[in-house]
Amino acid sequence: MSVHTLGRLPLAYQPAGTFGTDPWWLVVLKAVGIFVFLVVMTLLAIWWERRVVARMQHRIGPNRVGPQGLLQSLADGIKLALKEDIVPRAADKVVFVLAPVLAAVPAFMAYAVMPFGPQVSIFGHRTMLQLTDLPVAVLYVIAVTSIGVYGIVLAGWSSGSTYPLLGALRSSAQVISYEIAMGLSFVAVFLFAGSMSTSQIVNQQTNLWFAIPLLPSFLIYATAMVGETNRAPFDLPEAEGELVGGFHTEYSSLKFALFFLAEYINMVTVSTLATTLFLGGWRAPWPLSLVGVDPAHPEGLLNTGWWPVLWFIAKINIFIFVFIWLRGTLPRLRYDQFMRIGWKILIPVSLLWILAVAAIRALTLDITLDRRTLFVWVGGVLAVVFVVSLAWDTLAERRGAAGAQDVPAAGFDPMAGGYPVPPLPGQSLPAYADLAVSPVSARAGSAEPDGTRDPVEGDDA
Amino acid sequence: MRRVNVYAPILVLGLLSTGFAVVSVVAGSLTGPKRYNRARLDAYECGIEPTPQPVGGGRFPVKYYLTAMLFIIFDIEIIFLYPWAVAFDSLGLFGLVEMVLFIVTVFVAYAYVWRRGGLDWD
Repeated sequence: MSVHTLGRLPLAYQPAGTFGTDPWWLVVLKAVGIFVFLVVMTLLAIWWERRVVARMQHRIGPNRVGPQGLLQSLADGIKLALKEDIVPRAADKVVFVLAPVLAAVPAFMAYAVMPFGPQVSIFGHRTMLQLTDLPVAVLYVIAVTSIGVYGIVLAGWSSGSTYPLLGALRSSAQVISYEIAMGLSFVAVFLFAGSMSTSQIVNQQTNLWFAIPLLPSFLIYATAMVGETNRAPFDLPEAEGELVGGFHTEYSSLKFALFFLAEYINMVTVSTLATTLFLGGWRAPWPLSLVGVDPAHPEGLLNTGWWPVLWFIAKINIFIFVFIWLRGTLPRLRYDQFMRIGWKILIPVSLLWILAVAAIRALTLDITLDRRTLFVWVGGVLAVVFVVSLAWDTLAERRGAAGAQDVPAAGFDPMAGGYPVPPLPGQSLPAYADLAVSPVSARAGSAEPDGTRDPVEGDDA
Repeated sequence: MRRVNVYAPILVLGLLSTGFAVVSVVAGSLTGPKRYNRARLDAYECGIEPTPQPVGGGRFPVKYYLTAMLFIIFDIEIIFLYPWAVAFDSLGLFGLVEMVLFIVTVFVAYAYVWRRGGLDWD
């Protein structure tokens, strides 16, 4: 089944493949596998981030613990465990201890429906490389990850301290603002796939990854996912210059480590979601997907067995690299700029795009039209509009800043036009000395009431 | 029976991660040193005397409340959009027209909030 060859999709909201038939030992094995995968990904992502940012800043980065410093994050974790576990006197003790658990558990749980690959054989059992799948899998991911916000809010609130409270408020306002744009960007994908099940969505991208026909959705999601995970340039809840550490300022030891873990797992989760919904999930990239394709094996060699896990992890790591790249490149936004992008650009653009997609689809279902061409064009135009609107804002701001600098350059007046201190008798305002060459001060001078004019000005008139 | 089994693995992963998180929190308080220091238990404010906090966190800008209210409106809109998107092909043109009417209705409220400055953060 491909996107552009079929007409009406059958009501295929059920997951593709068989789920819920695994024996218990296999379920536990997969769950442990996901757990280990996420912890290892976190340790590697922290190392990867520190090394890459170091290169971008002409440093070397951690290279002492283990080969190339690979075990640095593990060493940091052990060190954190040996630090004193502080519970501040003003803290609400129960909530303070509960908050890191509440942040970390949903981060793990969101991964239950992520498809790592197709059907494989584990100890003689044919099973999908995915813990489970639901008809509402993506909705489940959104629901579970929003529980993580409670962890952040309660951490800031229960600390009994000013900075964590402000950080938590900012963080929650930020996450819910960008969750709207994120949720809207999924609608077009569901429209194309006819399903919210992750395995079915991957299945529908056999011939064409959704990032190509749904480019605006992909761009909106990519922007929103950075805001959603509180990462640079949207890392306002952790703006060190304003808020010290944000919501986790009062946390230490392994409680702090849990917040750190949750943040990185959330990064991996949003990257996985981007991969699954827009970049074909575990499917091999285009030229490789053709290897070994024949009538007997329509999927080809590299889309079967354990190979897809490789593509899956590679795609996730590309997104994580982009996260690191953004952090190494862009300065932090101001809070009002950040909220403006979310509420005034991303939301209306995504709503318009959803309507455009739906309209095109409704029209082409009955009228035969080359839908792919149409989508690529409309998508391209909307992507350009999106980029231009961003650029327009930046330019307008720069023009404003440049204009503000130009005004004093027109003629600096140390006496500020005689206000609030009028010139003493015998003293003349320097602004009027170059009256003939400066139209700005001339206009300003003529607007003044006659009583305040000095003798030089009076002579000219 | 089958339905239960589809959701059960989520519970397994949830129990596993809860166990890990709880063990970490407990272990953190056991493995670290414990040396009493009055200043260390104060709220951290870069070394100055902490600002006294009213019980329950005190006041914060009403902007956050407004953002949360707006979020609820749009979140509900999204929840209506999802099933519509999944079933779009069987609804056809009828579904499109209905959804345009709905989105336009919400858009009126959105435009109003925008004009009244509800989306400005100063």
